[in-house]
Amino acid sequence: MNSIKKKPTFVIAVTGINAIDSPGPGVAVIRAIRDCKDFETRIIGLSYESLEPGLYMHDLIDKSYQIPYPSAGTDSLWERLEYIHKKEHLQLIIPNFDAELFNFIKLENQLKLNGIATYLPDLKQLESRDKVKLLDFGKNHGFYVPEDYIIHEFKELKKAVDDFEFPMVIKGKFYDAVIVNSTDQAEKAFFKIQSKWGLPVIVQKFIKGTEINIAALGDGKGGAISIVPMRKLYITDKGKAWAGVTLHDESLIALARKFIAETRWRGGCELEIMLSPDGKPYIMEVNPRFPAWIYLTAAAGHNQPAALVKLAFGQKLEPFGEYEVGKIFIRYAWDLITDINEFHKISGSGEL
Amino acid sequence: MRVRKNIAANEEGFLFNPTTGDSFSTNSIGVEIISLLKKDISLRDIVDELYEKYDVDRALLERDVEDFSLQLKEFSILE
Repeated sequence: MNSIKKKPTFVIAVTGINAIDSPGPGVAVIRAIRDCKDFETRIIGLSYESLEPGLYMHDLIDKSYQIPYPSAGTDSLWERLEYIHKKEHLQLIIPNFDAELFNFIKLENQLKLNGIATYLPDLKQLESRDKVKLLDFGKNHGFYVPEDYIIHEFKELKKAVDDFEFPMVIKGKFYDAVIVNSTDQAEKAFFKIQSKWGLPVIVQKFIKGTEINIAALGDGKGGAISIVPMRKLYITDKGKAWAGVTLHDESLIALARKFIAETRWRGGCELEIMLSPDGKPYIMEVNPRFPAWIYLTAAAGHNQPAALVKLAFGQKLEPFGEYEVGKIFIRYAWDLITDINEFHKISGSGEL
Repeated sequence: MRVRKNIAANEEGFLFNPTTGDSFSTNSIGVEIISLLKKDISLRDIVDELYEKYDVDRALLERDVEDFSLQLKEFSILE
């Protein structure tokens, strides 16, 4: 009798493999999944551009495909995924970009009918934490959220500039945030962000304090499988953490637990917190997917991406216990060398 | 004044506050003071102990220990 139980092999497609200076979370998600010894994986990378570094990381990603930009809509995305599915027999897709989540959530049932799982928030949950609605969300659920103005046209900017003191923050609806110190800077930032991300643009009151991010995984029923807070130790000029350390602060854990309970969040998320000098934790943003530093959770003993895989395949999980406090990540840049033929393949055929 | 329970301190004088993520380093006398504080020894008794051990002006020692303890409090190492 063979007592060795064969591990299942899951075919998992992952987006956000642009491990650049402002990285997508995909490569870190894959690294964490690969660390898990409970299952084998075949990883399919889904990219938007031909120079996303993950495309060329063949030790992490078995095969990659380009997919259409989110603006192309769900029909184009489905058409492409159907093609990929025929070749790869996908079992799970983990999208990692805010801007693409709407399309993937819309396709959730269609994917399910074709045997492809996802583990995502629903549209209501996604929209509730939208930057544009965050202030209302905070008021309704009793969270500290900085005051803001949602600007739909340039002339509205003046009121915001008059009402808030400098500095203030000008933010795009998906990405980008600029701290401005004058009306002139505010106007320039408004136009720059409008041209990149469209309207509305958000003008937010500046909160001074310590930047803390929390990675969490919700089970969709109000339970938190894992909550890991991290303090940014080194911040890039784009505001991204280049180094960070895991913390243990019960009040931050309670805040994330409350967020997950009240939204019944399903899947990974990141709470961006500014801890003010008087100890108030302001929620600056809620990102509806894992952060780029998610591998730190695995390194600290809570492998959130691997837990998401298990949840997506219907396993019942108990919340993780303690995690390692004082675990540090330090991001680094590495010149990945490849051949022009590889670039040609992904650029020409959309596959690598 | 007590050292917060969760403060990690090693023999080389590295301190880590896991609640805030702050880290500090101190010298060998700082390590000695912190280890005595961890045993719930009062500042007055710490001064007595250090005065016995080192050749130092007592008034200066009292002031330095007081200053050091205020710094520890400011950095949330003491509660």
